[in-house]
Amino acid sequence: MAHINLSENTKLENEKKPIPEEDAKPEKAERREFMVKVGSVCLGGVVAIPPIAAGVAVLMDPLRRKQGDTDFTRVTLLDALPEDGTPKKFTIYADKQDAWNKFPNTAIGAIYLCRKSDGKVDAYNVVCPHLGCAVVFRESERDYYCPCHNSAFDLETGTQAPDSPSARGLDSLEVRLENEGEVWVKFQNFQPGIADKKAIA
Amino acid sequence: MKALLGWLDQRTGYKKIVNEILFENIPGGPRWRYIWGSALTFCIFVQFATGIMLWMAYSPSSQTAWESVYFIQEEMNAGWLLRGIHHYAAQLMTVLLILHLMQVVIDKAYTAPREVNYWFGLGLLFLVMALSLTGYLLPWDQKGYWATKVATNMVAITPVIGESLQKIVIGGADYGHHTLTRFFALHAGVLPGLLILLIVVHIYLFRRHGIKAKKPFRRADTPFWPEQVFRDLVAALAVMAAILGLVLWFDGAHLSAPADPAERYPARPDWYFMFLFQFLKYFKGEGVLWGGIYIPAFIVGLLFLMPFIGRWKQGHRFNLIFLYTLLGGFVYLTYIAYAKDAKDEEFQFAQEQARKDAERIRVLANAPAGIPQGGATSLLRSDPYTQGPKIFADKCASCHAYGGMDGLGRELKEPQSAPDLKGVGSREWLAGFVDPDQIATAKYFGGTHFVDRDGGNQSRMVEYVMGLRDLSPTGQGELAKVVAAVSAQAELKSQKGLDDADSDLIREGSDLFWDGITGLDEACIDCHGWDGEESSESRTPDLTGWMSREYMIEFIKNPEHPRFYGSGNDRMPVYGEEGTLTEKQIGLVVDWLRGEWYEPVDTQMP
Repeated sequence: MAHINLSENTKLENEKKPIPEEDAKPEKAERREFMVKVGSVCLGGVVAIPPIAAGVAVLMDPLRRKQGDTDFTRVTLLDALPEDGTPKKFTIYADKQDAWNKFPNTAIGAIYLCRKSDGKVDAYNVVCPHLGCAVVFRESERDYYCPCHNSAFDLETGTQAPDSPSARGLDSLEVRLENEGEVWVKFQNFQPGIADKKAIA
Repeated sequence: MKALLGWLDQRTGYKKIVNEILFENIPGGPRWRYIWGSALTFCIFVQFATGIMLWMAYSPSSQTAWESVYFIQEEMNAGWLLRGIHHYAAQLMTVLLILHLMQVVIDKAYTAPREVNYWFGLGLLFLVMALSLTGYLLPWDQKGYWATKVATNMVAITPVIGESLQKIVIGGADYGHHTLTRFFALHAGVLPGLLILLIVVHIYLFRRHGIKAKKPFRRADTPFWPEQVFRDLVAALAVMAAILGLVLWFDGAHLSAPADPAERYPARPDWYFMFLFQFLKYFKGEGVLWGGIYIPAFIVGLLFLMPFIGRWKQGHRFNLIFLYTLLGGFVYLTYIAYAKDAKDEEFQFAQEQARKDAERIRVLANAPAGIPQGGATSLLRSDPYTQGPKIFADKCASCHAYGGMDGLGRELKEPQSAPDLKGVGSREWLAGFVDPDQIATAKYFGGTHFVDRDGGNQSRMVEYVMGLRDLSPTGQGELAKVVAAVSAQAELKSQKGLDDADSDLIREGSDLFWDGITGLDEACIDCHGWDGEESSESRTPDLTGWMSREYMIEFIKNPEHPRFYGSGNDRMPVYGEEGTLTEKQIGLVVDWLRGEWYEPVDTQMP
């Protein structure tokens, strides 16, 4: 086997030499060394705290930020909704804050509005409660359907079909009918993946 | 020279390191089956080299990420090549990692004393998967945005800490700037840092125990250099050729339209995660925890325990079967997922739309106006060519048609009950409208209340047009002039040349609007407004400015206005008043119907 010859001079200057017998430590020196060790460990811990703590604080910053509660927004007129209960999709516009930018009156989400025979209006967030894709209204099946993992939801009640992966039905939103036929909706997003309908704070 | 090297060696000890790197003993001589590790190391070198250069041109924020990647891809010297290599090398690396893992297990190189090294290898496998996941989001295109959104929603289902964890991962309650800054820090800082660390330990441990030689030996032992090195480099060449082949075959890495939370997109992960995507479909309700977390965690746990299980002969056999099952499952689920999508018409349609958007955004970004400061998302959002058909299909196509279709090229879902608006405002469209053979067809008023199919109450307009059947040739000629005059009001871009050339004819037509056409009792002006004079009846549309941009916008906002149909409106919704369409959306659909959108000078949009 080939080898590159190692030079004799590669030994390092400060290589450890055996401690001579007569230098063996007395008890006092041993205690001192112990204290130095404890001190080193403590110092090492202390000096590391500020950068790590500051870093973690910034990392955790998103937990401190709450999504502002959205108010009711005027979406449409009752007359615009088909009387046969066919749902209609509407985009919701509101101001949006993204870190350092504010986007005024931008699309923040979408909803389906569905007029009921009793004159009431159902509103559903289009976000699929399974894993957050957007559901669509399927004319052929008369239901809501998510093209990602094939969840289907009942048109009347929003509940998930028995063989759907979604843990809960579509997220209904609060609706108010005001000023004779104006439809106002409180837009919210909800935590996907769980059986409980929990608003994202 | 020798003295200089000696000097350097004395200060660094490099000879010993070089010695260890190059002259490791390979029992039984070099073999092709030992190349996997080196091929992977080569991939990692490729990723670092290309990644750092991409980094120099990339800007992580929701208004600059897509834009900077677009610039790399379309404008910078060899940018498409650089990005293509980085993209496909990542994919190839996943394949090689799996092959490497298979080879290690088949050759029993994961058992004592190499357990720790095997674990480091597994760690590297997961690091590379994490790099793929984080890298997929960075271009901030629709594809990466939606796929990653589903992936991070999986984080949120983790019991107890899920919600907080998700917020920390995506940098807030929703996707935005901080999602990108975080993913980028992970992709270009934290994960590669860990990768280097793990690789150093992995290779160190590998050298410590030596290669797990395949028996029987065919030759005498040899050092690593040069024979095995040569084989490894041939492997690297093959890897590079495969990467370049993929880049050329797929014409570089795809960049879809910029991420738009308001724009629907069929979320799908890249191929190496499709199995997981498919797997998740089988879990109902909160069972998603099993599909997304527990079972994957169990499989990973089992992979880590394999060195211990492999101590027994049956255990090793079990490990092999387990791995082959995993691989088979991977292939099967991936196949099912793609096969389902191939048959899913909705998905295919959505993908076709996404492809069109991706194509169109290139045209817009390349336009003289360029990408605005606010980013490229607004380009598509305010592009009539893109948005017009979508709005039409969504809001108009339940009554109207566009060339017999719904605007997006699909069949109409409901029978057409209002005019076909393709070419509306043009002479051709209007000439068809005043054609007795066409007025009562679905293309014009056939589906409306203006035509009574039982032969009873026709609207006066339909009666009038029916009466044109007996028009003399002179009258026909005059009618064509009126048509030209009314159509000129629309000021269509596509008809500008014609309108300019026929200015005399149009003037004559305008006069005939007042005076009436030879052989007819009534003149147009008897019902319709013209030339600034309002309609004499509130139920007949004023034709001043007919189908001009302003006219159409006002019409769509409120067709019940006396300027238009007044109380005679059929079922056309008052879109502006009801808020079904915003002013901007109405403008977009009008511009699209009028054929007014940006087109590059020399190339024609399909």
